Amino acid sequence: MEKLGKQTIKFDNPPTILECSSIVGPKEAQGPLAKYFDQTLEDEFWGEKSWEKAESKIIKEATNMVISKSGISSQDIDCVFAGDLLNQCISSSFGLREINLPFFGVFGACSTFVESLSLGAICTEGFAKHVLCATSSHFCSAEKQFRFPLELGNQRPPSSQWTVTGSGAAILSKEGNGPYITHITPGKIVDMGIKDANNMGAAMAPAFADTLITHFTDTGRSPNYYDAIISGDLGHIGKEIAIDIAKSKGYNIKSNYNDCGVLIFDKNSQDTHSGGSGCACCATVFSGYLFKQLREKKLKKILLIATGALMNSTSSQQGESIPGIAHAISIEL
Amino acid sequence: MDPLESKKTYQDYVDKKSPNSKILKNCFNAFWVGGLICTIGQVILNICKERGFDTQTSGTIVSILLIGISAFLTGLNLFNKIGKFAGAGSLIPITGFANSIVSPAMEYKSEGYVMGVGGKMFTVAGPVLVFGISASILVGIIYLIFNTQSVTLV
Repeated sequence: MEKLGKQTIKFDNPPTILECSSIVGPKEAQGPLAKYFDQTLEDEFWGEKSWEKAESKIIKEATNMVISKSGISSQDIDCVFAGDLLNQCISSSFGLREINLPFFGVFGACSTFVESLSLGAICTEGFAKHVLCATSSHFCSAEKQFRFPLELGNQRPPSSQWTVTGSGAAILSKEGNGPYITHITPGKIVDMGIKDANNMGAAMAPAFADTLITHFTDTGRSPNYYDAIISGDLGHIGKEIAIDIAKSKGYNIKSNYNDCGVLIFDKNSQDTHSGGSGCACCATVFSGYLFKQLREKKLKKILLIATGALMNSTSSQQGESIPGIAHAISIEL
Repeated sequence: MDPLESKKTYQDYVDKKSPNSKILKNCFNAFWVGGLICTIGQVILNICKERGFDTQTSGTIVSILLIGISAFLTGLNLFNKIGKFAGAGSLIPITGFANSIVSPAMEYKSEGYVMGVGGKMFTVAGPVLVFGISASILVGIIYLIFNTQSVTLV
């Protein structure tokens, strides 16, 4: 492991992403990426009594699925990194309480999936042979915690985003034949003073741009080195802003850049306003869609930058601005 | 231009970049749906009066019926769709008030009947009640001060 420049870590023995799994809810199952997900649910409860229980079940089943798909025994996994959006990360800790493996609960808001992969990758350079990383989010439980009751007859502003219901899980391995995690660029907290909790894309875009540009400066790479640069959940508005900021700093990312929140829903037919968000947005789009593109060699080098808005409902009501964060991993064949 | 030059330039840039709500369309829908709800109320009121109820009793019947219908539609997952379309049109009449109480009651049922349904029922309607009642007290005091005649009448 070697540090490049200010923030980037380069792996001497890059860990392989051995296997991925994804489970999504009914709305995502009607979206443009539906065919790539391993399992789609017919309703938000999935036979459980509460949305919180349903979310725990989703992350539990996604981790079980990735273990069985990978062909390794769960005893061979050295530790787990997982997180979600609910207070004190209950979905992941409740969902994985029977997994019987060393567990690290992580919180990076919607950037948690890449944060978990980064920490997991660092572990494989040390003591761990296999590391399991998983995140989840649920539209209904997130609305309940952060916004209003679902049945309330209110209107969502056009800049609001739709929390993805689902979970994505990945197993990292010390040995393997790729796709490899070659670099990670952990992000700094960036706060440009946006206070509107209904415009998360705008709050997170400066953090995305900061990590993106730091990654290029540290590694000496340019945007066209990558087949695709993918952000976590900036949504339609955040994506436009990110392109503008990068351009003003001298980086043209327009041709190969996209966002998981833009990819997962069809804005016009699904009424999702600015696009998808949540811990599961980046996790399911990567595990379902991007990982398969890498396996089929349709994409060979991608830069995945998951973005998070580090706020809660109390901080919003107290008029605090929204600090953003973005973590990047470079995945190459 | 660098949008990240300062927090102020970034806020201005974001405001320009973010689409606004469709105010004209929203106002139009709010107007006709709100008008329709009030017309339904008036029809009920007229029917009640024709059947021999006095104005006050008829008004109470209108409120009970509109609240009942709104609560029922909330339970059927229909009122949120009306609310999304009509906005203030369905929110401002008494229908919106009923919806704002029934929806958290449904949402928090998983936390039990006492602390869930009971404790969270007024999370949305609470501010409306607090400021509505406070405002009426304030108006009452002003009325008392400037309209002494009403006091002597009492």
